[in-house]
Amino acid sequence: MGLAMQKGGSRSEDRLLSAILVVAICLTLAPVLRLFVEGVTDQGAPGLSLAAEVLSQPSTLSALRHSLITAGLGTLVSLVLGSAFAFLVALTDLRAKAMLVFCLMIPMMIPPQITALSWTQIMGPSSALLKTIGLAPPLGSPQPLYSAEGIILLLGIQHMSIIFLTLRAGLRAIPQEVVEAARISGAKGLRTWWQVVMPLTLPSLAAGTAITFVTALGNFGIPAMLGIPAGYATLPTLVYQKLAGLGTSVLAEVSVLAMLIGAVAVVGILAQRFFQTRQRVYLVGSTSRPLAIPLGAARLPVEILLWAVVCAILVLPMFGLLATSLVPAYGVPLRLDTVTLELWSEVLFRQPVTTRAFVNSFSLAFGAAVVLMILCLPLAWLMERTPTRLSRLFDSLLDLPYALPGVVLSIAMILLLINLPFTEATLYGTIWIIFFAYLSRFFAVMFRPVQASLKQLDPAMGEAAQSVGASLFQRLRDVILPLSAPTAAAGAILVFLTAFNELTVSALLWSSGTETLGVVIFNLDDSGETAMASALAMTIVLVVMGLMALIQLFSRRFPKGVVPWQT
Amino acid sequence: MADITLSSVGKTFAGAPALKDITTRFEDGEFIALLGPSGCGKTTLLRLLAGFEMPDSGQIRIGDRVMADAQAGTMVPPEERNIGFVFQSYALWPHMSVRRNVSYPLEIRRLSRADIATQTDAALAATGLRDYADRMPSDLSGGQRQRVALARCLVSDPGAVLLDEPLANLDVALRASMQAVFTDFHKRTGATMVYVTHDQAEAMAMADRIAVMDRGRIQQFDTPQNLYECPKNRFVAEFVGRGTVVPVQGVERTEAEVHARVLGARIAVQSGQDSPGVSHVCLRPENLTITETGDLRAKVARVTYLGGKYLLETVADCGTRLLAETRARFDVGAQLGLTITTPWAFLED
Repeated sequence: MGLAMQKGGSRSEDRLLSAILVVAICLTLAPVLRLFVEGVTDQGAPGLSLAAEVLSQPSTLSALRHSLITAGLGTLVSLVLGSAFAFLVALTDLRAKAMLVFCLMIPMMIPPQITALSWTQIMGPSSALLKTIGLAPPLGSPQPLYSAEGIILLLGIQHMSIIFLTLRAGLRAIPQEVVEAARISGAKGLRTWWQVVMPLTLPSLAAGTAITFVTALGNFGIPAMLGIPAGYATLPTLVYQKLAGLGTSVLAEVSVLAMLIGAVAVVGILAQRFFQTRQRVYLVGSTSRPLAIPLGAARLPVEILLWAVVCAILVLPMFGLLATSLVPAYGVPLRLDTVTLELWSEVLFRQPVTTRAFVNSFSLAFGAAVVLMILCLPLAWLMERTPTRLSRLFDSLLDLPYALPGVVLSIAMILLLINLPFTEATLYGTIWIIFFAYLSRFFAVMFRPVQASLKQLDPAMGEAAQSVGASLFQRLRDVILPLSAPTAAAGAILVFLTAFNELTVSALLWSSGTETLGVVIFNLDDSGETAMASALAMTIVLVVMGLMALIQLFSRRFPKGVVPWQT
Repeated sequence: MADITLSSVGKTFAGAPALKDITTRFEDGEFIALLGPSGCGKTTLLRLLAGFEMPDSGQIRIGDRVMADAQAGTMVPPEERNIGFVFQSYALWPHMSVRRNVSYPLEIRRLSRADIATQTDAALAATGLRDYADRMPSDLSGGQRQRVALARCLVSDPGAVLLDEPLANLDVALRASMQAVFTDFHKRTGATMVYVTHDQAEAMAMADRIAVMDRGRIQQFDTPQNLYECPKNRFVAEFVGRGTVVPVQGVERTEAEVHARVLGARIAVQSGQDSPGVSHVCLRPENLTITETGDLRAKVARVTYLGGKYLLETVADCGTRLLAETRARFDVGAQLGLTITTPWAFLED
């Protein structure tokens, strides 16, 4: 049968599929493979002695312990916050749910280094906001967030959206009839929740917890901004410090560290996959109407409480950031006579580094979005139409570069591109290494929505064009592209959004002249220019929220599963 | 010429055979229906003709061209076969207007702008869609959408038209009127049409010949009348029309007639001239008359009103269920006598 297929009529489809598949595999899986090879070899020969040596260093062990503690407890914070919101939003008759959901998505979309920066602006002795209202602690007192507890809290807040989203999706899949059946049998209130709703949502809760842990483990921005000043290193920051301090001479050593992070992350990813497949069993059945249990008299207090939490974790830090960006220098209180847009114009128009970073980040994000769109659209279509064994394997692995911590991918990219095969050339230190890393990392961000929309497309659409004589190219251009264009656009905006804000990958890959916005904010804050960092961060927050609002505006036109915060 | 010839065509999906050794021929200009229960392979056969699937064995020819040959591993892709395909889901492109949907095949063929306009208008007029040309498919009703699909397939003047349960998504009243549209279309174009359906009334109403399929094989390929009156085997007898298949004993063949014992009664049966023998008869309601002095006694188990007449489900003394039709009303449990008149007999292996 395999032979017949190859010689058969879908020859052009098969050829195109293989061609794009090879490109996609080179982009996404080759770096991961390269890293794995590096980890199990020692100076070119197979061996584990270097790995054993690195793994037994005290700094490695303490960083591993710190990573597990902060990621584990941070996940716990996310779990409490995210699931409380998810249960209340998905199961009850709260008002203004869409607004609440949108606000809860913002922490996920705001880059972690900005989250960390904004939170430090509402605490500590130099906070412009606290100074203004006269609550600032005395000078010289420590910044409470520069600690393990601070990292845990912010990791928890940063990733609560993930728990919220997965759990809400799981809850919305429970048909109302199931709960109604429990009530007609006599179960009341919390009993229904505990005995019917909870068991049905446990798999999605577990899957969400696993992937939150992986994301928290790979987070670089928060432990870098809060942990480095406190001397508290996690695995990603340890890799960064080694590579920033000693350059590529420690590449073999940090590869082992990257492998270690990757290994812990893979355990989490496997756990998530396991729970996700179990969840599908429950999804069988009709999902007519979502649940809306009346809260009665408790509704208003609950609403006030939820919005208060949103204020505390989202609005307040943003005000802190805004306040700092509006004073002439860090440490000055914000008053009517001190408010100035001086720093804004400084970062936006005058500083060569920040304007360069804007250009770099914009070009990288825009380029990645366009290239990924061109690549993913035909690939997703062909993989759906003529699945082969290779394409199925690729389908199950293509999430890896996105799911694995960014540090792991960065090291893998350096290993892959530091010496281009058969040449003396290197891409390390150029903007291209960041570009290829982005293509690899955000491949899944583009591919999954496009795939979801093409899965819902009637295969007869393409076949009808085929039966009237349209060639493969004509079918893609006239039928498939227009029908999946809205989804591809949404995917492209998401890629742009994530790449525009990105820090983890570029922090390890940048060099002078190729700074990204994430790197510049981090460096400004690191060198004490906190006020300028805040002004830059504020502009990015505005861009992010603008783009999110744009997607939200068109969300009705996208098929199910395209907009990540609408499930 | 667009006669379609299949020689020992077979297709397997993931190890499960969907079509086994199909050898048949559809004449040029014929209206063929492929009829069978779901999973019998009729849609697979249609998709093989269209070229969406490659046969695992055998050869398919349309006119003089070999479209697919499993042995040589060659296949003409669907876009080069010049066939029309009407999908169950209509498969209209939602981002194109009705006119653009219909004119697209001509654009592909690189016709001049003027030719495209004339031919598109003609196709729209022929399907009664002239007033809807500038609407989007989402603004049309089910019947109108199906007409657009038909116009799209008519516009490029295909040698053969393949239809995959095109009426399955329409309501009963619309089905009848669309059947007339298809029949007219066939008369006017003279194209070879292959029509997949699981609805025997639809197949009987439109087709010149019907291929009844089951478990990947064509069980009988014949005119609607022959299928009903002279079924070849138990499957066809039970699938087409109402009827009960019962075994016969003591067959006696004379010059003119064949006699046999059916459910204990000795009666005359009909069978094909060349059939080697008979083993079963198909008892349809027309073969049973209710008489006080019938050949066998039966008890009424269920009464269904069919409008103007009743369908009686009766259980004979020997336990066989028999269907009879009557204009008079009987109550459940009533005893009655049944006379069997010349049922069709066939040899079942």
